Amino acid sequence: MSEAVTAEGSQTQTIRPRERRLAGFWRRFKRNRLALVGLVIVGIMLLTAALAPLIAPSDPQAQDYALTLQPPGVGGLMGTDSLGGDVFSRVVFGARISLISSLISVGIALLIGVPVGLTAGYFRGIWDEWIVMRVVDSLQAFPFLILALVIAAILGGGLGYAMIAIGIGFIPAFVRITRAQVLTVRSLDYVDAARAIGTGHVGIMLRHVLPNSLPPLLVQTTLAVGYAIIAEATLSFLGLGAEPGQPSWGSMLFQAQSYLTTAWWMAFFPGMAIFFAVLGFNLLGDGVREALDPRTYD
Amino acid sequence: MAMLEVNNLKTHFTTQDGVVKAVDGVSYSLEPGETLGIVGESGSGKSVTALSVMQLNPKPPASYPEGEILFEGQNLLTVPEKRMQQIRGNDIAMIFQDPMTSLNPVFTVGNQIREAIRIHQDVSKSEAVQKTVQVLKDVGIANPERRAKEYPHQFSGGMRQRAMIAMALSCNPKVLIADEPTTALDVTIQAQILELMVGLQEKYGTAIVMITHDLGVVSQLADKVMVMYAGRAVERATTDDVFYDPLMPYSWSLLRSLPRLDTAGEVRLLPIKGTPPSLIFLPDGCNFHPRCPFAKGECREVDPALEEKKPGHEAACILSVEEIEASKSRVDQELGVGS
Repeated sequence: MSEAVTAEGSQTQTIRPRERRLAGFWRRFKRNRLALVGLVIVGIMLLTAALAPLIAPSDPQAQDYALTLQPPGVGGLMGTDSLGGDVFSRVVFGARISLISSLISVGIALLIGVPVGLTAGYFRGIWDEWIVMRVVDSLQAFPFLILALVIAAILGGGLGYAMIAIGIGFIPAFVRITRAQVLTVRSLDYVDAARAIGTGHVGIMLRHVLPNSLPPLLVQTTLAVGYAIIAEATLSFLGLGAEPGQPSWGSMLFQAQSYLTTAWWMAFFPGMAIFFAVLGFNLLGDGVREALDPRTYD
Repeated sequence: MAMLEVNNLKTHFTTQDGVVKAVDGVSYSLEPGETLGIVGESGSGKSVTALSVMQLNPKPPASYPEGEILFEGQNLLTVPEKRMQQIRGNDIAMIFQDPMTSLNPVFTVGNQIREAIRIHQDVSKSEAVQKTVQVLKDVGIANPERRAKEYPHQFSGGMRQRAMIAMALSCNPKVLIADEPTTALDVTIQAQILELMVGLQEKYGTAIVMITHDLGVVSQLADKVMVMYAGRAVERATTDDVFYDPLMPYSWSLLRSLPRLDTAGEVRLLPIKGTPPSLIFLPDGCNFHPRCPFAKGECREVDPALEEKKPGHEAACILSVEEIEASKSRVDQELGVGS
């Protein structure tokens, strides 16, 4: 009897703290209703993108000139566009393009911004003050859209280059956030303690500084995905992203421009898709921020 | 040759307001198995001295315009960083004041001790795990296997300091620098930690540099004491000499400012007037003269060097031994100490 009790007791004690911390994070996260809404929206978007071929009733690139500009109901769930494509299928596949391109562009920004910010904040000195931060300043002084337009104009159009352009546009934010966090963490006692046992610079940066700098980066990443969706749509709308035939939400809006008064559904559904996708990521990002904020701990 | 020898060490920090002479010509030596206590007020340069030995002062703003730190004959001020990384932890280890913040919150305690072992020793992961459990056991942590898998926030303050000591001792360093290791702990835990350090010193033969402003800690632990004031060593002698017969007015004042069990209730405490001087604009003459109860006119002009006043007992004061003894008994009489 007593053995059973101790066995049970030790079991509750051996719950790994990392798991417990995750559980704490989830507990605080789910208290926030709006964050849950964001999570659901993002979840639906992820599922839609993953299962697009199963959800979409027809090929998003198919055109049927006999059935152009059919209103919703008559021509499928969301009507048909000026080329006879099924708007619903295109919106569904658009989720794929939006997600993939925004994740790739945010990935580019993370891949460059985090190491640069990490080394700048850790080593300080000339690298930080005269090179990194001044380049970041000048990148940030450039309006993002113009920057993306210039990059797209130099590298050429197409979704791939749009992703690179968006990624570059996001680098300054990631450099700044990483650097600011690293500046705080590097002066903490455990970093000194790690140096005192002989850990080298690389070890300190990767083991001690980076893991403790992650929470704000996580928030920024979530929010950046939302902005990247808008950025991709904007560039596609301007003809610098997806090709007109590709089912991107931005290029669908571009195509819908001339039909705004006659076929509202061509613009309405992709527009709503963008709206909800961005809203979802923003709510999720805010929720993550609040759940990570020590002031909301109980 | 001493194992660790610090000669005329100067550590200066360049700031916007001027050069801060945090350490300004300090020397000491340490033999294997010996304990040196470094005592002084906040800002007297104790910790900077220690961080200089570890080469952990950020450069810039820190610079070492003069002096040398010889560890087994190598000058640590000039060895390359790569070599210094081998020395840190393996030959010279350090424990810090605040155990609450000296462990990385995202890794288990065992993981962090293992890091120290694997940096310096060519051992397999499972050997490192075993060694980790062994050192945790050595520092008196119950259930070391389970505790090694826990995170710092599951440890109490005293246990964290034990873990820090375990980490510092995991590679059997020759020198352990303890920078106020018990300041953040309550008195019972303090006593346990000090006892632990003495025990481990006996077991491993580690030399200890104990930095503290707690004279009680020094009197229990140290073989010899160096008293620091405004970045300089002002008295250097065996622990007994400094405690029973201080020859520098500052050390004497420090001792008179503390209550003692053997004279409790009979003696008024004598606070040290004023505040420590700015390390950028030091007073002319003796650094301590504005606060010194024995000061005379000459003290304003002459900057005394550390000199041997009695065999093996150095102090920085222009007064002769007789003058110091006379001043001590004069002030004691005013305070009503029965002699």
